[in-house]
Amino acid sequence: MIESFYDVMRRQGITRRSFLKYCSLTAAAMGLGPTFAPQIANAMENKPRIPVLWLHGLECTCCSESFIRSAHPLVKDVILSMLSLDYDDTIMASAGHEAEAIIDETIEKYKGNYILACEGNPGLDEGKTGGMSCIIGGRPYTEQLRKAAKDAMAIISWGSCASWGCVQAARPNPTRATPIHKVPDIGTAPIIKVPGCPPIAEVMTGVVTYILTFGKLPSLDRQGRPLMFYSQRIHDKCYRRPHFDAGQFVEKFDDESARRGYCLYKVGCKGPTTYNACSTVRWNGGLSFPIQAGHPCIGCSEDGFWDKGSFYDRLTNIPQFGIESNADRIGGTAAAVVGVATAAHAAGSVLKRAQQNKQHKGEQE
Amino acid sequence: MSPPAITASAQPAIYVYEAPLRIWHWVNALSVLVLCVTGYFIGSPLPTMPGEASDHFLMGYIRFAHFTAGYIFAIGFVFRIYWALVGNKHSRQVFFPPFFSKDWWGGVWHEWKWYMFFAGEPRKYSGHNPLATLVMFFVLVWGTIFMIITGFALYGEGTQAGSWAHTMFTSWVVPLFGQSQDVHTWHHLGMWVIIVFAMTHIYVAFREDIMSRQSLISTMVSGWRMFKDDRDVDDGR
Repeated sequence: MIESFYDVMRRQGITRRSFLKYCSLTAAAMGLGPTFAPQIANAMENKPRIPVLWLHGLECTCCSESFIRSAHPLVKDVILSMLSLDYDDTIMASAGHEAEAIIDETIEKYKGNYILACEGNPGLDEGKTGGMSCIIGGRPYTEQLRKAAKDAMAIISWGSCASWGCVQAARPNPTRATPIHKVPDIGTAPIIKVPGCPPIAEVMTGVVTYILTFGKLPSLDRQGRPLMFYSQRIHDKCYRRPHFDAGQFVEKFDDESARRGYCLYKVGCKGPTTYNACSTVRWNGGLSFPIQAGHPCIGCSEDGFWDKGSFYDRLTNIPQFGIESNADRIGGTAAAVVGVATAAHAAGSVLKRAQQNKQHKGEQE
Repeated sequence: MSPPAITASAQPAIYVYEAPLRIWHWVNALSVLVLCVTGYFIGSPLPTMPGEASDHFLMGYIRFAHFTAGYIFAIGFVFRIYWALVGNKHSRQVFFPPFFSKDWWGGVWHEWKWYMFFAGEPRKYSGHNPLATLVMFFVLVWGTIFMIITGFALYGEGTQAGSWAHTMFTSWVVPLFGQSQDVHTWHHLGMWVIIVFAMTHIYVAFREDIMSRQSLISTMVSGWRMFKDDRDVDDGR
């Protein structure tokens, strides 16, 4: 029989009291009422833990770094003990062929019952370099990914790499780095995106806990992100929002407004266009988040954030119109051209009118 | 030197723009003005305000004005469509350019030549000239639809999931464009398209009021189209 989470926790010396605290905290984190805490506890005690294969493609491991810093120590203990039992090449003890064998074993043993967690994405550069930009155990990562995806219960796309492509997919994307949901032949397993570079640790553990507790994926938005963490913008819950509404902005990073902690909108904050939980859950155990530290949000959980020009401009670049072009520059130029053309046309019209009048006069005479 | 006086024409004036349409035109013009000014300041806010945040609501008022004008703009457009159904034949003109009429395209070409100073004399129309109809169709009709859709999609981001704007617009517009920032950028570009349209529209209205063979500006005030000569109108070509 597969151990339950509770078994694993007890084995690790966690008291029942701490366990119940964890359940309450998790319920609160997921926006559930207090009545759900016993439900979570019940699931943790009775349901066999869901095996997770955690694969790494083209990525920087910031998702793993974030994940292992999940604020509540129990979350870390629980989830990590689950993951390390299966496969996560970055943090697992075994290595080499032994480690790779675990993937086959898990797929075989838990067919259709395991979660595939993808950190990073595959480079689909077949044809040019033959998918050689990401090799794991001597084989292209795309092969490993497709194989593991085929029999997965669900796929979690960790981070902006797996969700959107992220910096390795930035123009001109030489390795054809492709987000998981756009990989051909990825199979039919439902894909849940947990974007962010990296995603917030509590968001990551929250998603895993939800799946475990309720045996299904949390409700997602149209882009496949869990609504409980991605349905509001940073801007909607930003503690500097009163300064935005008042029209109090940081004009440059070292000005008086910056010292007073005014809104960072004018120095390029992407809070108004970024769906994430940073301004509520925050980072490092709820300590802070970029805006609180005085830096504008760069919109790291949004698709294409890496290709929209400077992080410090409010109006982002429109690459189709050439480098360093934004809506105001394009529109302003167009308006100026039309303005000059109109003036020239008016001058021409005056001349024509004068000519006509002359003719008219000539005819009358 | 005075231009041929309008009253010199024996051709009777035609009632072209009915009162509701004229009211819509001016209300729409006003809402567009407010939308462009406030929209610009939403993208590039005014210099920072001094003092306590609780003493001010500048950005809030600018956004409020933008949203209110946006509602007027959108409701006005819905009314405009309604009026196209129940109004006179001129009220439908910009919605249905006769794309399959060769004569009409000939009229577009002639009007282009007139603006490029190649044609000695413009044709005479009781409604819009063919070139105007074409521009109105693509920029006014579709531009307005584009701005209403992207505008409410952005509005729905603030009113959040569950609100009508979010359900009807944000939920599908944002994924369609890729992400929220792209919707902002395109909405912003749309503003510039409207500004360029307005510049051209106003200039041409004045120019044609003087140079063409019919009245223009006074027509959008009184509704009556008056003619400067006795020859037949060229409607339909």
